[in-house]
Order: sequence, then C-alpha cells, then structure tokens
Amino acid sequence: MHRTGELYGQYKTLEQQKETATLGMWVFLVTEILFFGGMFLTYAINRHEYPTAFGVGGNMLDLNLGFANTVVLIASSFTMAMSVWSAQTSNKKLVPIFLIFTLILGIVFLGVKVVEYKQKFDHHLIPGHGFDITYCSKQPAAVCGISEEDHAKEITEIKEGIEADGGLVALNAHAQLYFSLYFGMTGLHALHMIVGAGLLVWLILESRKGRFDANYNTPVENIGLYWHFVDIVWIFLFPLLYLINRHLA
Amino acid sequence: MSENGHQEHVVSPKLYATILAALLFGTWLTVQAAKIDLGRWNIVLALLIATIKMSLVILFFMHGKYSSRRTQLVIVSGFFWLAIMLGLTMTDYSTRKPEPSRSANPPAIAIHRA
Repeated sequence: MHRTGELYGQYKTLEQQKETATLGMWVFLVTEILFFGGMFLTYAINRHEYPTAFGVGGNMLDLNLGFANTVVLIASSFTMAMSVWSAQTSNKKLVPIFLIFTLILGIVFLGVKVVEYKQKFDHHLIPGHGFDITYCSKQPAAVCGISEEDHAKEITEIKEGIEADGGLVALNAHAQLYFSLYFGMTGLHALHMIVGAGLLVWLILESRKGRFDANYNTPVENIGLYWHFVDIVWIFLFPLLYLINRHLA
Repeated sequence: MSENGHQEHVVSPKLYATILAALLFGTWLTVQAAKIDLGRWNIVLALLIATIKMSLVILFFMHGKYSSRRTQLVIVSGFFWLAIMLGLTMTDYSTRKPEPSRSANPPAIAIHRA
C-alpha cells in the first residue's frame, strides 16, 4: 500500500477520484452524526423530564476546565486545517509539524478529561452504589476543593432541588441519569479522540516520509474531516453539559 | 492545483485564522450568555451559537463550502435525518401527559424558574 496519487482504473480524473474519497468520508460521518444523535436524543428527553436534576448536576462540573478544553480542541482543529493546507501547497516539511501540534492538543484535551473524571470520582458523582449528589454540600468546602462562595451556592441549589424534584431520593436518582449521560457522551467523545490520536500518529509517520503534497493528500484531508467532526460534537457537548443552569445568582 | 490538472480549492491560512478567532469568540460568548437568566431562551441561544460554530467548522475547516454539490447534499441529508429523529421524538415527549407512575410526585418546576 504505497499510494501516491496515481489514477486508478475506475476513475476518469484525479479530481473525480478525490471527490469519491471525500464523499465516502462524509457518508461515514453522517452515520456518526446519527450515532451521536441517539445520545443527544436520550439527553433531550431526560433533560426535558428532569430539568431540576440536570441543572443541579450541570453546575457540579468544572466550568473553567470545560472552557479550557473547548479552547484546546478548537485550536487543534485549526492546526489540523493548517496541516491540510501545508499538504495542498506542497509544504512537505510543515505537514508533520502541524500534525504534531494537533496530536499534542488532542492529548492535552484527554489529560484534562482524566483530571475531571478523577474529580467526579472524588466527589461521589459516579453513577452507582456510591453516588451521592449531596456529598460535597455536606463536607467543608475545602474537601471538594471549591470556593466558600460556590459551596454556599451548591448547598442552596441542592436544598431547592430536593424540594422541586420531590425529595432527596428522586433528585439523587435523576442526577444519576444526568451523570450517566455525562460519562456516556463525554466517554464516547473521548473514545473518538483516542482513535483520532492513533490516526494522527500514523499520519505523522507517513507525512515525515514526504508522501503528502498538492498531488496526493487524501489521507490528511479525510482524517482532518474526522478530527473536525469530533470537534463539532464537543462544540455541542460543552453548552449542553456545562452551561445548563449557570445563571443562578 | 497540480500538473495533472487536479483542481482543489485551497483555503488561505488567513481565512483559517479568522475562523479560529470566530470560534474562540463564540466559545466566550456562549459562556457569557449562559450567565444571564433568559428563562427558556437560554437553551435556544446556546444551541444557536453552537450551530453557528458548527457551520463555520463545516464550511471552512471541512471545506464544505468548496465541496461538490453531491457531497454537500450528503452533508445536509445527515442533519436532515437528525432533525427528523430529534424533532418528531421531542414533539411526542413534550405533548404527553405525565405518566401515572410519576404523578405521585409533584411535577418538577421549570429549570429556569421563569
């Protein structure tokens, strides 16, 4: 397998050959849209049914880390786009450089995600037997590493949430639904990032051989499409998971 | 463009940088918008900003603007099917009466306390 951009028999022109590859990639991405769509639908139904618990749960995420990760991922999409540009303009030396930047940003994103997951574990927010939405509100603020102000807000919010949702048991159950979706959706997204990182490693190795230029850059372009798609999923996950109820005074 | 007459549209780094700036601004804007109490319009605004950001990524980073008509049709069809799935299901859920099993609990108050 050492394709370098020669014309295959079934195509009339290189342009047609490239378009076929792009079209095929997009057909795959459409299946991905509907794959993630199922999770977004589950989210929509449950948020519609249990708005209180989703608001309480969403405010327990770390907004600063979520925001920083969004910036990191958008920056990685930019460097990915720049590696496609480098290939299209035959700047062969630049292609792996931009790809390495993209990979580093992708790994930073996953690293921050690990920190966030660990935080949720410490705060008893993993769905299951040990789940307790009131855990941090019952401890001194320092135990959960949140400011006194945020701690006071959380106590009020949980008190109001219990009242609105029809009791502590109900709130705890519905908040578990929120966190199941949080881990399900961000986990599936992270899995796509890990696959993307693997693809990037291969691209970096191949591009260092100088394989991709104006004449042949289909792998860079198509893995780029995949990377941007994963970025788009996060563009929706960030407001839907982190920003549900941030306007509480 | 190569010696084979293989034409493809090359987006300039300047345009990519502009899109990057717009996406970062959108990210900042969506956080600021979430801090204002707009009642039920908070989610509408958040999704509107996200959709604009998505469109910028598809049109420029993913070259959707410069793709063939056929490819553009596939892109649009994906979101069309997603809209059917989300739209029809949510019209069902949003017009149902509460199920008997949950009627023992008082209905949860609206999240935005509008």
